[in-house]
Amino acid sequence: MTKKSIIALLLAGGQGSRLGILTKKAAKPAVLFGGKYRIIDFSLSNCTNSGIDTVGVLTQYQPLKLNNHIGIGKPWDMDRMHGGVTILSPYIKESSAEWYKGTANAISQNIDYVDKQDPEYVIILSGDHIYKMDYSNMLDYHIKNNAEATISVIDVSYEEASRYGIMNANEDGKIVEFEEKPKNPKSTLASMGVYIFTWSVLREYLLRDESMQDSDHDFGKDIIPSMLEEGRRLWAYKFVGYWKDVGTIQAFWESNMDLTKRVPEFNLYDPAWKIYTPNPVKPPHYVGSNGSIKTSVIAEGCMIYGSVRNSVIFPGVIIKAGTLVENSIIMSNTQINEDCRIDHCIVGENSEIGRNVEIGLGVNVPNEHKPGIYFSGITVVGDRAEIPDGTRIGKNVMIDMFALHEDFYGCDIASGSSVYKGGVCE
Amino acid sequence: MNSTMGLILSGWKKPELKELSYIRSVSAIPFGGKYRAIDFVLSNMVNSGVKNVGVLTQYSFRSLLDHLGSGKEWDLDRRYDGLFIFPPSLAGDDSGWYRGSADAMYNNLSFLKRSNEEFVVISQGNGIFKMQMDDMLEYHIKVNADITLAYRKMYDYRPVDLSRMGIIKLDENSRVVDLQEKPLHPQSDLGSIGLYMIRRTLLISLLEECIAHGEYDLVKDILIKKLEQIGVYGYEFKGYWRNISSVQNYYRCSMDMLNPEIRRELFIDNGKIYTKVKDEAPAKYNEEAEVRNAIVADGCFIEGTVENSILFRGVTVAKGAVVRNSIVMQGTVIEQNASIDYVILDKDVVLTKGKYLKGDSEYPVVISKNSVV
Repeated sequence: MTKKSIIALLLAGGQGSRLGILTKKAAKPAVLFGGKYRIIDFSLSNCTNSGIDTVGVLTQYQPLKLNNHIGIGKPWDMDRMHGGVTILSPYIKESSAEWYKGTANAISQNIDYVDKQDPEYVIILSGDHIYKMDYSNMLDYHIKNNAEATISVIDVSYEEASRYGIMNANEDGKIVEFEEKPKNPKSTLASMGVYIFTWSVLREYLLRDESMQDSDHDFGKDIIPSMLEEGRRLWAYKFVGYWKDVGTIQAFWESNMDLTKRVPEFNLYDPAWKIYTPNPVKPPHYVGSNGSIKTSVIAEGCMIYGSVRNSVIFPGVIIKAGTLVENSIIMSNTQINEDCRIDHCIVGENSEIGRNVEIGLGVNVPNEHKPGIYFSGITVVGDRAEIPDGTRIGKNVMIDMFALHEDFYGCDIASGSSVYKGGVCE
Repeated sequence: MNSTMGLILSGWKKPELKELSYIRSVSAIPFGGKYRAIDFVLSNMVNSGVKNVGVLTQYSFRSLLDHLGSGKEWDLDRRYDGLFIFPPSLAGDDSGWYRGSADAMYNNLSFLKRSNEEFVVISQGNGIFKMQMDDMLEYHIKVNADITLAYRKMYDYRPVDLSRMGIIKLDENSRVVDLQEKPLHPQSDLGSIGLYMIRRTLLISLLEECIAHGEYDLVKDILIKKLEQIGVYGYEFKGYWRNISSVQNYYRCSMDMLNPEIRRELFIDNGKIYTKVKDEAPAKYNEEAEVRNAIVADGCFIEGTVENSILFRGVTVAKGAVVRNSIVMQGTVIEQNASIDYVILDKDVVLTKGKYLKGDSEYPVVISKNSVV
């Protein structure tokens, strides 16, 4: 009875370096999303809603916020007698001490955890996508096909296909070929990084992969190809629905903005598929007599005396009179003082923006230091930054975490420039 | 306050609350967008360091039990002590129904006896206030009182409201020399806020004596009758305080929450107000939303106009709908072009398309739970 049919292993150690300042002090799965959530909540809630009550969360990069957030798993109903949520961080072994070297290696290092739960199947998840998926249907599919591995795939456009691992499957879904980021994709079925394995089979491959010196210890690069090569039964499970990798500033901003649409593609309000997260202890939000909010998502504890348009506002944010916030994401407990204009901006937690500050002005030139991260016109302000009164800030600007008044070199921060804590570029 | 336990008297019948309390104990009345009345006194106790709280409940306590659960949300789900709920229980001799507040405590004397705290703070469950009880305990010890009674200058109350509360008179040492329960003609504006501090052993003996005399009420049979024998002292509470006892004062007190200073005092300064959480997404505002001077909880969905109002969790205000000067409780739907003014809609009400309801600031219309209008 207590034997688990399936347990989940959630890979949450990714840095998400293309999210820039947002992941300076937090792993990508811990980044705030959608007005009260963190990105990992979507995968964790999927587990809860799919009836999976045992989840190992593998952490590595900046785990503090993540550990804090997950705690004993109570919000996801994973504070359980048997199973529940377990944080699995890299640890020192008798003869070696090593970080997780790849997705497969991370699981290999935790074989003992899985063996202890003794499940029939394991589902491997990555904690950095926004989607709702019933994993139990995927498991049924896996069992029905008598598969040894089932890979969840989503139809992407032909242009996008070369960014993903592409599964070429025959008509009934059996995978015949796998191509990692192909130049000329033969199909448009992209792997979502969600795998179900029959544990006894995966265990064998993991052990074998560990002994190979030249392996990258990666599911996509090593485990899946060698299973295919050896004629194992791999099936593609087609997922239809909203699925977003929020790995870049632009994608992160867009999928937050998606939530503000009249009928969002991604529905947070479905009572049959709730997204769980720790609830902040805050009163409901208040809209002042001259406040105005349209096409936005506003969390509890906010006080809105100004105007908000097309924005996502997290708990405890204060927006003072005369200020207009548009097309922006304002994270928890940040205060924006009087008479500001904030457009196309992501502001981190616990920051304070002075009076008369304008953000999002001028021309769209990529950031001078990190053009690969800040180029789509969105300015990002890190956690606990303080922006002085009257500052005028352009597009694609990066304001460092903890940047204080003395770190600002002037009142005009042109598009594409950066303000670093202590004035030093890392 | 490690040395103090709490007792909450969660309320007797309040006919003046009409539909709002037919189905629930007065302490369980939804308040302020996401709370229930009892959250305030319970959070005050917790914020003051009380770790052992008993809730005595009599009428329609189902929603109260549901709300309090294991006490986890107030951090009262403890290995030792924590939260205890005492509904009346029929004993073999058909006794057990609480005949009054003193009787309720007497029926649970074993809880008082097995607790170790030196002091007991006793409170009603329907007060909306923020109080640090440590100060009151300090005062209680300093003046060497047998019982300390918290009172407030009710300068902001009307005479008609004063005659619904306990009115006290103090001597120059702040000793209570007169206590009149619900006087027709109040002699002062010093009102008891229904909060008392007392030594646990003294409470036990007073209860035993009271019941032995065939009397059952804490205020009438113990406090008033014993004013001369025991030292009852008044402790002045200077903050915001309202008790929910009628539709009118429920409405007025709710509307007070729109005042930023009162909101700051209650919800931000000196500790949080805890409540049972519900997993709701943040509120969503669409293009047509016009919201001014309003409190809006998570899970609301707004496409209409909302002014001077309080929306609880999961309320829908459809296009063209207008909500003014109203209180709309959890899960209620206001359909297109419907309109309300000075109305209290209880939980899960549906106001169908185009309907118009209007009350008065003194007599708000109350629509009871699950109604379809």
